[in-house]
Amino acid sequence: MVDNVIAVRDIGKAFAGVQALDGITLEIAPGEIHCLAGENGSGKSTLIKVMSGVHAPDTGTIELNGKTFSKLSPIEAISNGVQVIYQDFSVFPNLTVMENLALNAELAAHRTFVSWKRMRAVAEEAIAKINFTIDLDEKVGQLSVAQKQLVAISRALMSDAKLIIMDEPTTALTKREVDALFAIILDLKARGIATLFVSHKLDEVFEISERFTIIRNGKSVITCLPEELDHATFSHHMTGREFDDNHFVPEHVSDEPILETRGLGVNGAFADVDLTLRKGEILGITGLLGSGRTELALSLFGAKPADSGEILINGEAVDVNSVRSAIAHGIGYVPEDRLTEGLFLERSISSNIVISELDSFVSKLGALDQRKADAEGQRWVDELKIATPNPANAVNTLSGGNQQRIVLAKWLATHPKILILNGPTVGVDIGSKHDIHRILRTLASEGLGVIIISDDIPEVIQNCNRVMAMNAGRIVAEIDPRTTTESELAELMSKDPSTVDGKG
Amino acid sequence: MSALTTLTPLRDRLTRDPHVTRLAVILVLLLTFFMLVKTKNFFGIATWQSMAVQFPEFGLMALGVMLTMIIGGIDLSVVGVANMTAIGSATLMMSIAPTGADSPQGYLAVVAAIAFSLIVGAIAGAFNGFLIAKVKIPAILVTLGTFELFTGIAVIITGGKPASGLPAQYGEIMAQRVFGIIPMPLIIFILATVVIALIMYKTAFGTKLYMLGSNETAARFSGLKTDNLIIRTYMTSGIFAAAAGLVMLANYNSAKADYGSTYTLLAVLIVVLGGVNPNGGSGRLSGVILAVVVLQVLSSLLNTFPNISNFYRPLIWGGVLLLVIVVNQWTKKNRLSRLFGVKGNKS
Repeated sequence: MVDNVIAVRDIGKAFAGVQALDGITLEIAPGEIHCLAGENGSGKSTLIKVMSGVHAPDTGTIELNGKTFSKLSPIEAISNGVQVIYQDFSVFPNLTVMENLALNAELAAHRTFVSWKRMRAVAEEAIAKINFTIDLDEKVGQLSVAQKQLVAISRALMSDAKLIIMDEPTTALTKREVDALFAIILDLKARGIATLFVSHKLDEVFEISERFTIIRNGKSVITCLPEELDHATFSHHMTGREFDDNHFVPEHVSDEPILETRGLGVNGAFADVDLTLRKGEILGITGLLGSGRTELALSLFGAKPADSGEILINGEAVDVNSVRSAIAHGIGYVPEDRLTEGLFLERSISSNIVISELDSFVSKLGALDQRKADAEGQRWVDELKIATPNPANAVNTLSGGNQQRIVLAKWLATHPKILILNGPTVGVDIGSKHDIHRILRTLASEGLGVIIISDDIPEVIQNCNRVMAMNAGRIVAEIDPRTTTESELAELMSKDPSTVDGKG
Repeated sequence: MSALTTLTPLRDRLTRDPHVTRLAVILVLLLTFFMLVKTKNFFGIATWQSMAVQFPEFGLMALGVMLTMIIGGIDLSVVGVANMTAIGSATLMMSIAPTGADSPQGYLAVVAAIAFSLIVGAIAGAFNGFLIAKVKIPAILVTLGTFELFTGIAVIITGGKPASGLPAQYGEIMAQRVFGIIPMPLIIFILATVVIALIMYKTAFGTKLYMLGSNETAARFSGLKTDNLIIRTYMTSGIFAAAAGLVMLANYNSAKADYGSTYTLLAVLIVVLGGVNPNGGSGRLSGVILAVVVLQVLSSLLNTFPNISNFYRPLIWGGVLLLVIVVNQWTKKNRLSRLFGVKGNKS
C-alpha cells in the first residue's frame, strides 16, 4: 500500500452549534481519482475547506506529506501540494491569462519590478503542462467557462500540486468539454497527481471515479469502489431514503392550452421556442446553465420581454411586456435565486406572503387593513406548513425549504393560473424538496398549469408529465419522462451545440 | 383585561426595537443631566419654545430623508429644495402683496405662497425620483447634483442676496402661539409627523416602501411598480423639504440661497441615529422622532455653555454620526462575537 497523499481522520466541525462534519475519515492515494458525493448541505464544502486549510477542524487530524496536523493554514495546505479549484475558479476576470497564471509566482518572489518577459515564460510553461493552447493576452473575463477552468487548473499545477480538489467542476460544461476535462484528469493521474472530484451528477462520477466516499449530514456513509454501487444504492446512500419512482401522472388535462408560445425569442438568449401548457399539467424544461432556460422563464414572466414571437394565454395573443402584465394574466414566477430575487429577508414572513396582493387589503379610503393582511399570511403559513412560531418573524430566521414555501405562498395567494418555477428545490433540504414536489402535484391536479425549469434531471423526470430539453437557446427535444432515462435526457441537454442544428 | 395583556405589547415593542429603547434612555439621561446642571434654563418655558421653533426646520427635512433611506436611497438635495422654494414663495408673496398692501391681499399672498412652495417641492422631488428610477443614476449622485442645481436657481433668482420684505401677515401667522404656548412650527412638525405615520403604517404605499428597500429585484418580481414608488418617495421628500423651507422663511423672516447649509448632514445624521438602515428596508418613525429631539436638546444644552464655541458643532455632529454607526455595527450579534473572539463560531 502506497502512502496516502492526504488522509483526514475523524474530522469534526461545528458551526454555531450545528454539526457540519461529524467524524469524517477520507484517504486519497497518489494518482487516485476519488469522488466525494453528497447532497447540498451534507458537509462536502466544509470538508474541502478543512482539507485546504480554510476551516480549522474541531476534532480529528489531517495527515499530509507524512506530517500530521491538527489544523492547516491555507499556506501549509498549498505548500504541501493541495490545490482547490472552486466552482467560480477564483480567477481574476479583469486580468489577462498570462497575468492570472504568472502573477502569484511573481508576487511570491517579492520582486519590486515586474518582468513581462519572465511572466510570459512562466505562463507558457504552465499551459504546456496540460497541453492546451490559448491566447495569453486575452482577458480571462472574455473566456468561456471551460477555458477559465483550464486556466485555473494550469495555475493549480504550477505550484507542484499532489492533489487537486475540484468542486462541482462540470456544472456549466458541455458534454465535449466534460470529456476534455476528464482527459486532463486522467493525464494528471498518469503523472501521479490525485484528484478529488466533488459532484452529485451520477453518470459523470461513475464514468471517472475509482473510489467513492459518500457523506450525508456530516457523516461518512460509505467508502467503496464503483463496482459496489449502482444508481439506486448511490441515491440511497446520499439521501438515506428509499425512493419510490412514481412518476407524475396528471389527473385531468384540459384540451385547450392555457399557455402557448410561438417562435418566442430573446436576442442572444434563445430563439424559436414553441411550447404549449395545458391546465393540470406539469411541464419540465431542462437545460444547462446558459442554455437559455432562465431567460425563457423571465420572458414568460415579462421580466425580459421577448424580442420575437408571441405568447398566447387561453388561445389569445397577449402582450407580456412587464412583470405586472404577466401577473395580471395570472402568471406567477418562483425565481431561480430566492434570496436575491424572491424574498425580502429582513421583513416579516406574513408581509412577504401578501406583498403581491397587498392592494386588495386597502379600503376605499386608502387605509391598509393590516389585520386582514396578517390573517392571510397566517392562513398560508398553516396551509403550506411553514415552520415558524410567529409569522411576524423575519424571513431570514427560516431554513431554505421554508423560505421557498414562502415564495410559493406569495404566488398561490395571487390565485395564479400558470405557475413557473425556476429551480424550485435548489438548496432545499431533501424533506422539504419532497414536500414541495407534493405541493406542485396537488396544484396541478387542482387545475393549475405548472412549468418546472430545472437542471436537476431526476426532479423533472419524476415530477413532470412532459419534459423539454433546451440546448444553446433552442428546444432540442420533447420527451416522455416515463420512457426516458436520466442519462438520455442528460445527453440531450449537454450535446455540443455545434452538433445541434436548429430544432431537434 | 388584566394588566398583563396591556403590558405585553409594550414589552414586545421594547425588546423588539432595542434601538428605540436605547434612544429613549439616552434622551432621559440627557434631560436629567440638563435638569441637574442647568436647572434654571431647564425650567424656563422660553428654552423649550425656542427649541420648538428651531427643530422643525431640520426635523421636517429628516422626515423626507427617512423615507428615501428606507427605500435604500438618500436625499441630499433637501436643503437646496427648501431654499429654492422659500425664495420662490418669498418672491411670489412680495409680488402679490408689495410693501404697503392691505391685509386681505397679504393673506392671499400667504396662501398662494404655501401652495406654490409645496407644489414646487413636489416637482423638484419628482425630478430627483425620475433621474433615480428611470435614468438609473445612484440616488447619492442625483441628489448631490440637484442640490447644486436647486441652490444655483436660488442664487440666480436672488442674485445671492437675502430675499426680504415679506408681507407682515406671513410672520404673523407663523409666529402664532397655539393655546398661548405652542409655537406654530411645532404644530406644523406634529402635523407632518401624523401624516407620515399614516403613510408609513396605514397605507399599502408605506408597506411597499419597506419591501422595496429590502430587495428591489424581489419587489419588481412581486409586481410592485418600483419606478413609480421611487418617484413618489422622492416627491414626498421634496414636499417635506419645501415645508421646512416655509418654516425657515418665517424664522429668519427672509430667504437666502445658503441658509441651513449644515442641515444636509444633520438630516442624514438624524435618520441614521433614529435607526434607519442606510441600506434600506428597516427603521421606525419613532426612532427618527426621538433622534430629532435628542439632537435638539443636545444642541440647546451646548448653547447654554458660553465657553463651547459654535465652531465645535460640526465636530460634535460628525462624531455622533460615526459613533452611532459603529455602535449599530457592534450590536449585531455576529460582529460582537467576532470582536470578542467567541470560539468555533465563524461565519
